[in-house]
Amino acid sequence: MEKIIAVLFMFAVSALLALIFFTLNRLLGPRKESVVKSVPFETGRAPITLPTHRMSIKFYMIAILFVLFDVEMIFFYPWAVVFRKLGILGLIEMGIFILVLFLGLVYAWKKGALEWE
Amino acid sequence: MNTAIGTIDWIPVAPFIALSVLGFLIMIIGLFFPRIYRETLGTITLVGLAVTFFLILQNWGEPRYAFANTIVGDKFSTVFNGLFVVGAALTILLSLNSQENRYLLYADYFTVIVFATAGMVLMSAGTHLLTIFLGLETLSIALYVLAGFRRENAFSLESAFKYFLLGAFASGFLLYGIALIYGATGSADIQEVTRWIQQNSLTGSLMLPIGFLLLFVGLGFKLAIFPFHMWAPDVYQGAPTPISAFMATGSKAAAFAALLRVALSTQSYTAIAWEQVLWVIAVATMTIGNIIALRQDNIKRMLAYSSIAHAGYILIGFIANNELGHSGMLFYLLSYTFMNIGAFGVISYLSTAEHEFVTLGDVRGLAYRRPFAAIAMAVFMFSLAGIPPTAGFISKFYIFSAAVKAGYVWLVILGVINSMISLYYYLGVVVQMFMSAVEEKAPATATQQPAVALALVVSMFAVLGLGIFPSRWLAVFMEMARSFI
Amino acid sequence: MNDYLWLIPFFPLLGFLINGLLGRNFSEKMVGIIGAGAIFLSFVTTLLTFKELLTLEPEHRIFIQKLYTWMATGNFSVDVAFRFDALSAVMTLVVTGVGFLIHVYSIGYMHGDRGFFRYFAFLNLFTFAMLLLVLGNNFLILFLGWEGVGLCSYLLIGFWYEKIDYANAGMKAFIVNRIGDFGFLLGMFLIFKHFGSLDFDQVFSNAAAVPPGVITAITLLLFVGATGKSAQIPLYVWLPDAMAGPTPVSALIHAATMVTAGVYMVSRASALYILSPLALSVVAVIGVATALFAATMAITSQDIKKVLAYSTISQLGYMFLAAGVGAFSAAIFHLMTHAFFKALLFLGAGSVMHALSNETNLMKMGGLRKHLPITFWTFLVGGLAISGIPGFSGFFSKDEILWKAFSSPFGSPVLWGVGAVAAGITAFYIFRMIYLAFYGESRVDPEVALHIHESPKVMTVPLMVLAVLSIIGGYVGIPHVYMGLEHFLEPVFEPASVAMAAGAAGHASASTEFTLMGISVVIALAGIYLAYQLYVMNPEKPRQLAQSMHGLYTLLFNKYYVDEIYQAVFVKPFVNLSNVFFWRFFDVKIIDGIVNGVARIFGNIAAGLRRMQTGIVQMYALSLMLGAIIIFGYFILR
Repeated sequence: MEKIIAVLFMFAVSALLALIFFTLNRLLGPRKESVVKSVPFETGRAPITLPTHRMSIKFYMIAILFVLFDVEMIFFYPWAVVFRKLGILGLIEMGIFILVLFLGLVYAWKKGALEWE
Repeated sequence: MNTAIGTIDWIPVAPFIALSVLGFLIMIIGLFFPRIYRETLGTITLVGLAVTFFLILQNWGEPRYAFANTIVGDKFSTVFNGLFVVGAALTILLSLNSQENRYLLYADYFTVIVFATAGMVLMSAGTHLLTIFLGLETLSIALYVLAGFRRENAFSLESAFKYFLLGAFASGFLLYGIALIYGATGSADIQEVTRWIQQNSLTGSLMLPIGFLLLFVGLGFKLAIFPFHMWAPDVYQGAPTPISAFMATGSKAAAFAALLRVALSTQSYTAIAWEQVLWVIAVATMTIGNIIALRQDNIKRMLAYSSIAHAGYILIGFIANNELGHSGMLFYLLSYTFMNIGAFGVISYLSTAEHEFVTLGDVRGLAYRRPFAAIAMAVFMFSLAGIPPTAGFISKFYIFSAAVKAGYVWLVILGVINSMISLYYYLGVVVQMFMSAVEEKAPATATQQPAVALALVVSMFAVLGLGIFPSRWLAVFMEMARSFI
Repeated sequence: MNDYLWLIPFFPLLGFLINGLLGRNFSEKMVGIIGAGAIFLSFVTTLLTFKELLTLEPEHRIFIQKLYTWMATGNFSVDVAFRFDALSAVMTLVVTGVGFLIHVYSIGYMHGDRGFFRYFAFLNLFTFAMLLLVLGNNFLILFLGWEGVGLCSYLLIGFWYEKIDYANAGMKAFIVNRIGDFGFLLGMFLIFKHFGSLDFDQVFSNAAAVPPGVITAITLLLFVGATGKSAQIPLYVWLPDAMAGPTPVSALIHAATMVTAGVYMVSRASALYILSPLALSVVAVIGVATALFAATMAITSQDIKKVLAYSTISQLGYMFLAAGVGAFSAAIFHLMTHAFFKALLFLGAGSVMHALSNETNLMKMGGLRKHLPITFWTFLVGGLAISGIPGFSGFFSKDEILWKAFSSPFGSPVLWGVGAVAAGITAFYIFRMIYLAFYGESRVDPEVALHIHESPKVMTVPLMVLAVLSIIGGYVGIPHVYMGLEHFLEPVFEPASVAMAAGAAGHASASTEFTLMGISVVIALAGIYLAYQLYVMNPEKPRQLAQSMHGLYTLLFNKYYVDEIYQAVFVKPFVNLSNVFFWRFFDVKIIDGIVNGVARIFGNIAAGLRRMQTGIVQMYALSLMLGAIIIFGYFILR
């Protein structure tokens, strides 16, 4: 219980600190608005295209693959905790799990999902 | 938790494992031999399905549970899984046609079909609600992909997208239903739920009935019954023809399998008195399907509406809730698999890459251009309409007899009226084929399609065989229905 | 027992398969030999079986052959089994005998048609189905045949598919018949529910144990089926249109065999009908009303085949009248004689059409007596038989029916009176037809007249055989001749005859019988005389009459506008419902409305995407959601 209170206390303090800094900034900082300042800029030049243009499908491919393998990683943690309990069967099961995902990776690779061009 | 490998009963899960391995195998072959003939790939798939079929048959007998009671091999799962595999095999044969030749990535395509079948297998063999959900999602995701396989066709993309959105929506209902059942009974294991129902009174409790109903809504979407049917015509029309057949038969049968297993095991018929609701839904489903089908010129769309109507007929067997009704449903699903795949198959058989043979104008005078296709189509139409001596008639006869026996005379009267109405549009196709002259500008038909022809012949024999010698099959299904009591 | 019963339907099936699969490559002669030969073999088998049947004691005259169990569920099972008893024997003899003659005739009639093999294949298939119907040992086999003959008749009506009207006629026949089948199916489900069996023996022997209300419901539903197949009020509309098919088809299907299936079915279920006086009187009243109604419509028809079609409807009405008063053997007797003389009349009409390049309009005939002597004389025999002139077969059977309508405990003088009037009208329109076609001045188109010729032997010989049968066919029914038909059929109709005997205490004597017989003969002769006066002596008179009774004539000529009424009352609403509500309103208005509305909001979305993405899917999801909410609402609030 005490541990939780401590954690909660930490959350509260950090949230409070963030709030304080934002408020200070708003109170103390000078504000001068001008047209030039509100224009969007990009590395010192005026932007050439609208910022809402389409993304290449490749980004999504990579993103999906990332999520997939990320979840795979996360799944290892609980498995590792009970690794000894599960015994050899658990090892085999995890082997199958990795194999399935590996096949998926091979598929994605061969189909060219990882190539940028 | 510490299970040794030796103590696991592999037989109940063997069909699922076989299908998964098969799916990966085809995928890998397709990856490393991209120039392989599609016929070779098809043959490998069919051999794999045959092995799976053999493994499925090993499950016939007393229930055998595996994987912490989440999956079972019993007569029920044997019959349904056999049906799915046969449906998948016919779909594979239909897919080896010249229309789809142009755009299909056959290895990927067969892989996804096999995975869809694996999902169906889980749905009929799952004894845990989450296993059923897992199966349903495996099936659904595979079907979303399959529906969009004609990638350069806007209708196909529309089909896949709509199916995906609505399917996800419907899955939500299903999952929520499972959650409520779990909340009410403390378990999602069907056996545990049953035990809870037997020990507790349900009066005043809404949580469990609503849970079952949500489950029903989620599965009702897959069954395409009213009012959850609206996606079906658009999706069937847009999907590749073999996939439309696969969706209308296999995925429908899988949803019925899950529904039946839940209803029969948990005795939810008595737990929640839902006969009236089902009655109204069955009548509305049949009527709407049939009446809209009357106006369709596009045969694929017509078959889509008719498949809605057929779900309504099958629901009558579900309402009857007796052995004859349950076995009749099985018989109906089996017959329907053959006649519907057959009817879609004729479209595949004739369509070329340039022209899909789907309108009534296309089949005009077909009997004089392609007699075999016309005769096959006529047999399937007669069977769909329920004219003896085809399987369609026997199916309807069983279902209606079961309902009469259970006292639902009005339901049967409405069912018979509906099948009379349906005759009109099924026969419309036959009339166009046999009694109209060939149009001069009629588009060319595809030739040299041995695989599709094989599927048509098999389906035709099955439709007639089930119609003339139905007894043995019904005995098997009766035994299955009885095994639940 | 008898184990070659299955051969009777098997031969036509074989003929169908051979001609259907290989006929394309055969010569016409070959196709004809296979087609007619199959029926002939079947006929011979029937004769042999019949001979064997006769060697048995009357009460044991039944052969049952079970081929296999069709479907079995628990204690309920249906066999594929054939039954050959007195009733089936008569029917089978008629079907194969008359069927064989018509097949032979068709060889000549269809000569040169490009669908020759197709025609014979269908005709054999039809015979197969008809034999299943009459030989089946339970209601389901009967139904199987019942559907089969309907299907074949549909295929054969629409045989000349190039003419769109013909195909529509086929469609109409099939749809109207399905309304009848609807009744049959429901009747069958009720039988299944209350008897737990569909087997004839089991159902009929347990009939007394079932509540009378149920029996009435079953019999009335079965009768709905019979009115469809046998073209009775109100489902007769398809038969006149069915004349679009080739004429021998009309002779076989729409005169001799298929349309009598309803009479057969009612007779077969006589043990049930006899238990329900209400059902019996419905059958009798519908029968006699149809007899009169159809006869009046035949008066004004100018199409030779249509006259015969209405006459068939009318004669079938007589058969139902007989069944309705409990005289089932009289119904079967008339069924048999009618098969002879009506097949003869149809084939005769076919011969006339053959001579006149398929002209069917009576107003374009006349004076054909000289050119077509054989056709004329045989046609005349048929006309005399149907008019009920003593000595010809129709006289015996029709008289039997009228007498039973008068004397049976279920009968009444009114039924007799209406029947007798209809008989007079029958004689009138039949002779009107004969006089218009064969007597008087020729009104044939000049160019057609050049080709008038008597038909070839292959057509005239069947005519002559049928003419002989039309004369002698009646003598089997005379009670005093050795083994009358009624006596022969008695074991099948035992429950009915018991009930008849129980009620027959009285108002019947031999002298009344002869008086009534005399009256009906006089009425028939008067009809013929009237026709002679109007169409031979004063050919101008009919037109004047038609003008002076304009309203009645128009009414009759338009067949009481029944087709138009059906179209307006039954067909239109359905089409409109589908068209306006479900299609236009539901799919187009609602869905499109939403699509358009959404489209306006998201005006920038590309046009192609608009239709396939938004709107519709939301609508679908909404329907899913609403459906679920309504179901839950019902559950929570009930």
